[in-house]
Amino acid sequence: MDNEQGFFHSLYVDGDRCIGCSHCMKICPTEAIRIRDGKAHIDGERCIDCGVCYSECPMKAFQIMEDDFGEIHNYPHSVALIPAVFLGQFPDEIRVSRIYAALKDLGFRHVFEVESSALIYAEAKNRYAMENKDKEPLISSFCPAIVRLIQVKYPSLVDNIIPLKAPLDISATYALKKLTDQGVPRNEIGIFYVTPCAAKIAAVKSPVGEVKSIIDGVINMDSLYNIVFKKIKEQGKNYVFPPLETPRLSADAILSTLTNGERRICMAKRSYSIDGIHNVIDFLEKLENDEIEGVQFLELRACDQSCAGATLSCENRFLCSERMYGRARKAAERERNGEVPREREMDAHKEYLIECSGVEAVQPRSVLTLDPDISKALEKMEKIRRLKECLPQIDCGLCGSPTCDSLVTDHVCGKGSIKDCVFYQRYLERTGQMTPEECIDMMQNIWGGNRISGELRNKE
Amino acid sequence: MHLEYTVVEGDFVNAGTASSSVKKTLKQLNVQPAVIKRVVVALYEAEVNAIAHAYGGKVLVDIDSDKIKMTVADKGPGIPDIALAMQEGYSTARPEVRDMGFGAGMGLPNMQKNVDKLNVTSEVGVGTTVEMEVAFV
Repeated sequence: MDNEQGFFHSLYVDGDRCIGCSHCMKICPTEAIRIRDGKAHIDGERCIDCGVCYSECPMKAFQIMEDDFGEIHNYPHSVALIPAVFLGQFPDEIRVSRIYAALKDLGFRHVFEVESSALIYAEAKNRYAMENKDKEPLISSFCPAIVRLIQVKYPSLVDNIIPLKAPLDISATYALKKLTDQGVPRNEIGIFYVTPCAAKIAAVKSPVGEVKSIIDGVINMDSLYNIVFKKIKEQGKNYVFPPLETPRLSADAILSTLTNGERRICMAKRSYSIDGIHNVIDFLEKLENDEIEGVQFLELRACDQSCAGATLSCENRFLCSERMYGRARKAAERERNGEVPREREMDAHKEYLIECSGVEAVQPRSVLTLDPDISKALEKMEKIRRLKECLPQIDCGLCGSPTCDSLVTDHVCGKGSIKDCVFYQRYLERTGQMTPEECIDMMQNIWGGNRISGELRNKE
Repeated sequence: MHLEYTVVEGDFVNAGTASSSVKKTLKQLNVQPAVIKRVVVALYEAEVNAIAHAYGGKVLVDIDSDKIKMTVADKGPGIPDIALAMQEGYSTARPEVRDMGFGAGMGLPNMQKNVDKLNVTSEVGVGTTVEMEVAFV
């Protein structure tokens, strides 16, 4: 899920929109953001694509890369691979079949739901769990932001991650297989994944090793929501759409993407499901200390309410979640009446899909290490402890780093200077080591040229 | 590098403060995750012991490039028979401590299992000192 250069990131800062307000810097769970030249900068080594910054930004300056929607027309067999939460975005009066019809009218020849492979994914996990009791607690690979969080901050837990592709990849493999089995040439098939978050795109765009992802394009869920909603509005209330095969997923599959969705169908006797990145961090700290015993399985999701609260979700997470529960209740009713969920057609290829879903073990890529050489790391750490005394420990962020500790660490690792601290500057000024003009220059280097009072600027 | 922490009698809420802090430090020093885990487990056990059995104490940690030394020194009742206390399942924990999920008699044995050197000295009525050492390579 990462290439040799490091993580691929789909998240970036739009310099024209960013005003360097530092809200993102304060909230980033991996302290990956610094302010320089009046703009937010993301450290690619630390960023895990969780999207917390995206949601927090008052200027909507964070952007998530996507492909041009027009590209779907380059493929005679364009496939929309949509997550179940996409259907939860729409108001109740817009039925699922209506959304499917709009997707077809917009040019998608086929529509597959990501969660159609949820039960095959669950079976693959259960099989892995049976054979790997020694690696408990096993951590689900479902949420790519969590996988990356563990890689950078909890390297001792990487072996606990179940090395399996997520339902997204399994469903894409199935869609491709189904169409090629029907005789459609591969170059006529274009698989477009509709993503609810930045982390999933990042995982798609940088698959393990040299294997190219089978996904041909990525469309952000909020963009597609706008396009589909507009289409439905244009067609009006009385639009009669041609009969189509409606997606009839099982209740288990629909709910798999929500909090508890994996846990409720896993085989583990003792398991937890935790959502929200800060809750996950609290839990992993304890887990790493061996303070939690006897846990077999962990479903960890970066977003509050899991994918219903995803970065690119346009709807309130609780409303979205409840709609999905509504859909699941109807599905459960149909199942009770003996209807076989549509996704069962995948069972014919189950062994093939499970075989394709294995990935190499996840590797740690700790960002916490001060130096690969322990003697040097110790020296740096001593230096950090000494320099910390110079700083006020109030984490004001005026240096462009989230905390006093992060500033000192940056300083010692050559990525910043403690002279950026306004408190330390006062000391340097008083002892004649820095002039007021130099202090102003330093501040402008961080926050940009236009932030110091106009009066002062005019005098210059 | 020298680190110090204070342990307060009966303060189970903050059990693990020293071990969490040491864990963070060792991660920054690029110590192998498996070694860190052993250090953290052993130190946590020692911390809990000082909280559960003694009237508080101190955790002293010294880290250099090839090993970590940890000393947990408490003021407390002391251990009359150290060999007996080292046996798995032997516990003198009060029922209320056991009710909190501690005191299963695995503390000292667990420390023994996870460290390279363990030295327990105790004087009845005065206190107990647990010295542990883990090599990094």
